[in-house]
Amino acid sequence: MALQPYASTGQRIWYYTFRVLCGLILFFLIFPIIIIIPLSFNALPYFTFTPGMLALEADAYSLEHYRDFFYNDAWQQALWNSLSIAPAATLLSVSLGTLAAIGLSSGKMPFRGVVMAILISPMIVPLIISAAGMYFFYSRIGLQGTWFGVVLAHAALGVPFVIITVTATLVGFDRSLTRAAANMGAGPVRTFFKVQMPLILPGVISGGLFAFITSFDEVVVILFLGSAGEQTLPWRMFTGLREQISPSILAVATLLVSVSVILLVTLEILRRRSERLRGMSPG
Amino acid sequence: MAEATANGDIAPDEHRSASGQLLAADGTPLKKSIRRSEARARLRAFLLVAPLLIFVLLSFIAPIADMLFRSVENEIVADTLPRTVEALDAWDPQTGPPPEPVYRAFYDDMLEATELKIHTRLGSRLNYEESGMSSLFRKTNERRLERFDLDQPLQPQFVDLDKDWGEVEPWAVIKTFAPRYTWGYFLQAADMRLTPGGVEMAPEFEQIYLKLFWRTILLSCTITLSCLLLGYPVAWLLSNLPARSANLLMILVLLPFWTSLLVRTSAWKVLLQEQGVINDILVYIGIVSDAGRLVMINNQTGTIIAMTHILLPFMVLPLYSVMKTIPPSYLRAAKSLGATDWTAFWRVYFPQSVPGIGAGAILVFILAIGYYITPELVGGTDGTFISNRIAFHISTSLNWGLAAALGSLLLILVLGLYWLYDRIVGIDNVKLG
Repeated sequence: MALQPYASTGQRIWYYTFRVLCGLILFFLIFPIIIIIPLSFNALPYFTFTPGMLALEADAYSLEHYRDFFYNDAWQQALWNSLSIAPAATLLSVSLGTLAAIGLSSGKMPFRGVVMAILISPMIVPLIISAAGMYFFYSRIGLQGTWFGVVLAHAALGVPFVIITVTATLVGFDRSLTRAAANMGAGPVRTFFKVQMPLILPGVISGGLFAFITSFDEVVVILFLGSAGEQTLPWRMFTGLREQISPSILAVATLLVSVSVILLVTLEILRRRSERLRGMSPG
Repeated sequence: MAEATANGDIAPDEHRSASGQLLAADGTPLKKSIRRSEARARLRAFLLVAPLLIFVLLSFIAPIADMLFRSVENEIVADTLPRTVEALDAWDPQTGPPPEPVYRAFYDDMLEATELKIHTRLGSRLNYEESGMSSLFRKTNERRLERFDLDQPLQPQFVDLDKDWGEVEPWAVIKTFAPRYTWGYFLQAADMRLTPGGVEMAPEFEQIYLKLFWRTILLSCTITLSCLLLGYPVAWLLSNLPARSANLLMILVLLPFWTSLLVRTSAWKVLLQEQGVINDILVYIGIVSDAGRLVMINNQTGTIIAMTHILLPFMVLPLYSVMKTIPPSYLRAAKSLGATDWTAFWRVYFPQSVPGIGAGAILVFILAIGYYITPELVGGTDGTFISNRIAFHISTSLNWGLAAALGSLLLILVLGLYWLYDRIVGIDNVKLG
């Protein structure tokens, strides 16, 4: 990839143009996310840089919008709802999903293809269709507009991510380890928790993170399934953006960006750890 | 060992039955024992999967099945007006208004329906097919019906209540939609309608769904294409840089991927506004005048820009994983054989990256076609998708049958594309992160 010392002028020009082009595309990717961070500290309720901000005057910046987020009951309620729904949904999809992934990876599962297709389907079907179907069906059985209904729906949406990450981890799992454990007298439950679980834990956790973020970010299904009492952060952001856009949305957005940075770092650490555990060198 | 070799037989005698079959340690024939243990392993695998399978079937597959069912379900007419439907069976709309027994049956049905207050629901259902039915049914209320003189013919009294009851039209609509299952919603979703006279196209001004499907597909294609144009160079750069710098640049792709969809949509909403950052910069540079600020939001441009940004990582990641497997020595070999840079790229590198293009393009297209949130927030009126219409029918117009039919059509489209994706890439090759 490096420029050859014998490259012609045309090749040199193209080499640098290409780099600049790629730089611009990467800038396009990251720019909208970076730009909202300074904008969220705007002292005035505008969505652009005020002259004061450009001159870096201290008065032009304030924590006003963050204060609004932390002292506004509606936002706090939404945060609380998000933090109660997402972990419950994650717990459900991770516990059921890990067991199922172990069954699916054993190589003895009958009708594996069909079962896999069913379990992956929540990821394939467009959200609006899932939301419509769940709205119709959950209203029939009285789960529409309940906390439990939302948790069930979100858990179903998170299942494919758990299945995919955990089965991927199990591909590198050495089955003779469980046989060895059984040989030395450990029961299936003990083998699972003492031998298999610690080894596949990185996969389980990253599957869980995927499931968590799926629920935490989800807005289409909850718009239909939830009632006013289950308003989550994305829901409030959505209604805020649609009706009266207020600058506190930018403060929330900045906080959510920090959450995703933490998540990204955690996943990277887990991936390296998992590869080390499986005896592969980190790529 | 020597003894076994001498006998020409490795298994000692106590591990064979009289007939020469191999035996397991517990004395059962080995074949049977293996079969039993295989069956046990299968059962265990199944029992491990079963809880999740049941959970997904109940919480996800059943709702989808319910939606498919609702798109053809039409029990309300036969359930609310059972006697009328039966009486109308013998009636032919060509012969003019129905005979007296139909009115009798209708009176009995309506008396029950108005008591249960379900007649307005039937009215709104039939109103989807023929406007005016809703008000007609609302007018025919309990109070009016109780004033009828049952000893006199009922037809004139119904006509007295509303002259439409003396026409053929409302009865023909009831007769047409009497069956418990109907294709009516699907026909509506394709801008057609089921009339007493058969299937015909909807009036010109009501033909919106085919146009909307077409627009959804066209916009999704545009988004896919722009993702490809932007994603290909980046994927190429990432797969050809040394690992350390590639990993650093990868963060720029992965961070947007991991950032909440609403965060990215709100960022674009803020950036693209008339008083937003982009317009401010353009005015500052002098490309546009202060009065001529660009309208980039609440139209198709807004949808295309925001969705290209949101879906770009889904294009870059599959492209990157394919390009990573193309040995750079191929390009060097082509060049050393005399190919120019362009020929080497186009004839050697590009064909090998086609699987990545296929995977990325189908993935982005499938995701784009079902998008709801972003078009809703930045699409205005002409940048919205079919999903926005589905949502409208569920929560605003309450025409659930039509919403279900539109959803079913979209689902069929997406599943067809996934089948293609599976043929090209394999669902099992989906990688995350």
